Amino acid sequence: MKIRRRDFIAGAAATAALAGAPAIVRAQSATIKIGEINSYTTIPAFTLPYRNGWQLAVEEINAAGGVLGRKLEVISRDDAGKPEDAVRLAGELVNNEKVVLLAGTFLSHVGLAVSDYARQNKVYFMAAEPLSDAVTWAQGHKYCFRLRPSTYMQAAMLAEEAAKLPVKRWATVSPNYEYGQSAVKWFKELVQKKRPDVQFVAEQWPALGRIDAGATVQAIAQANPEGIFNVTFGPDLTNFVRQGNTRGLFEGRVVVSMLTGEPEYLDPLGDETPEGWIVTGYPWDQIDTPVHKAFREAYQKKFNDYPRVGSVVGYETFKSIAAAIKKAGSTDTEALIAASRGLVVDGVFGPYTFRAIDHQATLGAYVGKTALKNGRGVMVDWRYADGKDYLPPDDVVRQMRPDTT
Amino acid sequence: MDFVVAQFLTGLASASSLFLVASGLSIIFGVSRIVNFAHGSFYMLGAYLGWTFVTNLPYGHLGFWGGVLAATVAVGLIGVAIEIVLLRRIYAAPELFQLLATFGVVLVVQDLTLAIWGPQDLLGPRAPGLRGAVEILGQRFPRYELLLIVVGPVVLGLLWLLFHRTRWGTLVRAATQDREMVGALGVDQKLLFTSVFFLGACLAGLGGALQLPREPVTLAMDLSIIADAFVVVVVGGMGSIAGAYLAALLIAELQAFMLVAPPFTVLGIEIVLSKMTLIPSFIVMAVVLIVRPYGLLGRPMAHARAVTGMIEPVVRPAPRELKLVGLATLAVLLLAPLAAGDYGLIVLTEIVIFVLFAASLHFIMGPGGMVSFGHAAYFGLGAYGAALAVKHFAAPMSVALILAPLAAGLGGVLFGWFVVRLSGVYLAMLTLAFAQIVWSIAFQWVEVTGGDNGILGVWPAEWASNAYAFYYLALVLCVAGALLLRRIIYAPLGYALRAGRDSPLRAEAIGIPVARIQWAAFTCAALFAGLAGGLFAFSKGSVFPTYVSIPRSVDALMMVLLGGVQTISGPIVGAIVYAGLHEQLSRLTDYWRLILGLAIIVLVLAFPQGIAGAAQRWWYRGKGEVA
Amino acid sequence: MTVLEVTHLSKAFGGLQAVADVSFTLAAGELLALIGPNGAGKSTCFNLLNGQLKPDSGTVRFEGRDITGLKPRQIWRLGIGRTFQITATFASMTVRENVQMALLSYHRQLAQFWRPASTFHREEADKLLAQVGMLDQADRACGVLAYGDLKRVELAVALANAPRLLLMDEPTAGMAPKERVELMALTREVVRQRNIAVLFTEHDMDVVFGHADRIIVLNRGRLIAQGRPEDVRADPRVQEIYLGAGGYA
Repeated sequence: MKIRRRDFIAGAAATAALAGAPAIVRAQSATIKIGEINSYTTIPAFTLPYRNGWQLAVEEINAAGGVLGRKLEVISRDDAGKPEDAVRLAGELVNNEKVVLLAGTFLSHVGLAVSDYARQNKVYFMAAEPLSDAVTWAQGHKYCFRLRPSTYMQAAMLAEEAAKLPVKRWATVSPNYEYGQSAVKWFKELVQKKRPDVQFVAEQWPALGRIDAGATVQAIAQANPEGIFNVTFGPDLTNFVRQGNTRGLFEGRVVVSMLTGEPEYLDPLGDETPEGWIVTGYPWDQIDTPVHKAFREAYQKKFNDYPRVGSVVGYETFKSIAAAIKKAGSTDTEALIAASRGLVVDGVFGPYTFRAIDHQATLGAYVGKTALKNGRGVMVDWRYADGKDYLPPDDVVRQMRPDTT
Repeated sequence: MDFVVAQFLTGLASASSLFLVASGLSIIFGVSRIVNFAHGSFYMLGAYLGWTFVTNLPYGHLGFWGGVLAATVAVGLIGVAIEIVLLRRIYAAPELFQLLATFGVVLVVQDLTLAIWGPQDLLGPRAPGLRGAVEILGQRFPRYELLLIVVGPVVLGLLWLLFHRTRWGTLVRAATQDREMVGALGVDQKLLFTSVFFLGACLAGLGGALQLPREPVTLAMDLSIIADAFVVVVVGGMGSIAGAYLAALLIAELQAFMLVAPPFTVLGIEIVLSKMTLIPSFIVMAVVLIVRPYGLLGRPMAHARAVTGMIEPVVRPAPRELKLVGLATLAVLLLAPLAAGDYGLIVLTEIVIFVLFAASLHFIMGPGGMVSFGHAAYFGLGAYGAALAVKHFAAPMSVALILAPLAAGLGGVLFGWFVVRLSGVYLAMLTLAFAQIVWSIAFQWVEVTGGDNGILGVWPAEWASNAYAFYYLALVLCVAGALLLRRIIYAPLGYALRAGRDSPLRAEAIGIPVARIQWAAFTCAALFAGLAGGLFAFSKGSVFPTYVSIPRSVDALMMVLLGGVQTISGPIVGAIVYAGLHEQLSRLTDYWRLILGLAIIVLVLAFPQGIAGAAQRWWYRGKGEVA
Repeated sequence: MTVLEVTHLSKAFGGLQAVADVSFTLAAGELLALIGPNGAGKSTCFNLLNGQLKPDSGTVRFEGRDITGLKPRQIWRLGIGRTFQITATFASMTVRENVQMALLSYHRQLAQFWRPASTFHREEADKLLAQVGMLDQADRACGVLAYGDLKRVELAVALANAPRLLLMDEPTAGMAPKERVELMALTREVVRQRNIAVLFTEHDMDVVFGHADRIIVLNRGRLIAQGRPEDVRADPRVQEIYLGAGGYA
């Protein structure tokens, strides 16, 4: 079920040809149009499972009769990983397609660009995947809500675990851009708050996507830390793990690692998955709550593939949108915002709330350890870390979010 | 000490990897003068094919080394196919036009790879017997890296033997020095070129396949390697294999040791080298080119322009009919808001901004003969100039739009001073180096530039905030800018610039200070690119490092080449066609890169002088005049 | 009046002494030919005069002023014109524009960026083109001209700065014999009219002995003979170089 503009136009034209102009009017009032933007060609490994996720959600919602008696119609666009293209496409969706709201984005800068467009043009925007804290705090505003747990939340989940460890000497390795810098900043701050005795003895800042893994591993080993906080992901992570495994970096050291338990990042490690890393992630094959089980089965049936984190995010994004519209009783932007503040959604991970204070969803993540099973990486000893427990106190949030409208 | 040795060995292994890719690029350039943008694609295909041959054939597999070898040859054959089908037809086109064709190949390969191998990163197998590590001075060092350390020099040695001990090698070296001479010797040039392309592609494929035990196979491999490979080739000296190895060694070791350099303070600013991992190779390139304009071991080569045998057409005043077409286009643009709708206006605004951006690049590329691979630097400096003025000094839009070209112009003055001392591809690569330095500052200096999250809230002033008003603002400024550039091209300054391009010797001999004129032109182009960047910032409401990135520079290059570098209307036509195609295709289909790539290839084959160039020829032929 | 005065000029490349202790003078209105076998140092000597190369020692004086080591464009600005062995014209310009380009430079108008270049010094350019017999081809592209015509254009360009000295590096190279005679006759006429001093190198002995007022002979970097054509022709050392080596091919 791929919904695209041309298909829709062709469909509308055919309808118009058959039934005359009034049919278009009817067709338009019959669906609720939602504009969706993501980096499909740039980072397909993450965005294609995400697309599957939202397509499943939309299918389910429409099969159950839609929202407010109308079906959802998604018009999806590829931003090619460029914020400037995303802004143009946002304009197209709003002005040409007359969508009632915008959703999507994976990369933080693209998310922020669309968010800023939404603020300027007073359009509701549901940021699906971008992690940057700025989305809901420094650059947060009335029109933007965010589903996925932020950099801060994920770092806080791991800082909690790290503070329990007997480790006193930490090293960090992180891609040198905003996400990596924020993750390290929060991790340091939160760990040191609980454990004033720990030291950070080395920092490595490989360029995103261009890690010189052998040299980086060697440099960390040289500082001889007891624990390593890793923020690298994707190909950087695989390179880092391979060089680290071969050079024995991880032996006798604890590694705490952001996002590494997500199938998107864990699966490519294959039989070289390092064991015993403390990670945030998504043990898709082991969560057997009835809600998740139903989701997993529906997903596997429809796509003949297993769900990734992106699939859940895509799925929850559109479930949340549907819930917001339903609660608002209309597609009016102001009504949607009012409805979304404090909106509770019963998701596949459990219930979560869109906080009124900063529009951040309290969707959580799973924290556990990595292990090898049948030649592939899995998460073990995991627990669900509810997002609501990993957010700073309200007064701190208010300070970090200047836009109070 | 032991640690230093391990770090040094690590650097050696990285150097070998870099060298394999770069050597192929260097060989291809040396003989054919083709700047092969698709070389990164060959590297990526080598990795993907290697992965398939080693682990995933439907019936059994070829083992690790068999798979690597098969991938190497397969990529070589793909290279041959591309050379025969595509590049061979356009050797006579203007310098660097082949770049456009190879860029089309890059786009096509990206989508085909995604379609064949899927989106997920693939984990390559380890090499048999080389999985573990050995102990060197108490440090564990991967066996496979040891192998890589050996592979680089071995390939270097084999290439040396090939070039110095075989007739074919002698011919290739002769062709690198002087292509016409080889033609005069009665050698089948076509066969020579094809075989060189085969060798170059094989080396890229081998480089990719040998990465299997080190790196995952990803869809981003092509673009992540290509810039590095270019840097290595240029630092070493184009066409010099030994130079490429030396450069790879220099850059890899520098990167390895930068990671462990302790922070130090210069003029009160703390410098953390281990954080500046993006720029060292580009700084090395800039320094090497400034000190040695032909790279470490490169030699001055015959001007590539002479080799193509193309005579630059005379620039004549536009015929009355063309002026009418121009006026009609302008009239359409003026009246467009009546019919375009809000989104149409957004797209039109973007296109008129790109017209100015492309025209500014054309100004130095066409009349100036200076190809820039880093024109986005000035676009980005303009955009950041405007955005920083708005954010940090609360400047109104009008002031920011004055500051934008000034900031870019300043960059042009600074970088241009170095750039005009070089020529040809070296010049182009120095512009790229400067652009990458600007980009990495924008990307990594988070406190000032916001890093990759950019600067938000750069929206137009109240009076220009609706799409109509902003469109007219952009239209007026961009058309005025493009017309002014056109005016300059026809004025003495433009003539002097062209004189320096046509014959630097003669120009100097009639008192034209060629370098100074080029410097002025470079600054001028930067100014207008900056204005375009400033307008772009306000049209988008935000500024990001992507504005300074290589793809943005490539876009400008594509627009100019597609339109036709030898015609003044070329960049305008190119910008409209390229931006329009991109906008339409990206909404039409997921496989827009494939279609855009194919469209570029078709256009390249159909209009080797660019679209406007072809139109001009057709026009003058119709009139029976000599163009 | 002495226009050019060269004293003790020397230049070596590595171990090779390309020009050694060369001295000569040139007067206004005089056509001086610089000859010598291949590798005698003619081109090096030329490039030392026009600024392309810097001498190791010795001086070059133009109208009494020391111009040793100046850049080509500075030397041109002082009033020294130049033509190239292999024609160097601006291929993307018309014949007239080539001359206009030189005139624009001469009048220091290169920084003008508003008025179209083609409107500058049109009459002056046409006058120069008429003088070299190229006015009828003024609107043609330089890239499509016959070789002999290009040489004429070069001459017109070289005259644009009203030079008092003209350096012509093999002005008739690559031309048919009839064209050579015509071009040299033209040069001679122009030079007489304007009282320009000319230094030229040439391979064709007919051209040299038919048109030069005076000849200097270089061999292995050294000046071995100078004087009027008939004296040089009779000089045994010159005969040895040219005839002893089997004559000039």
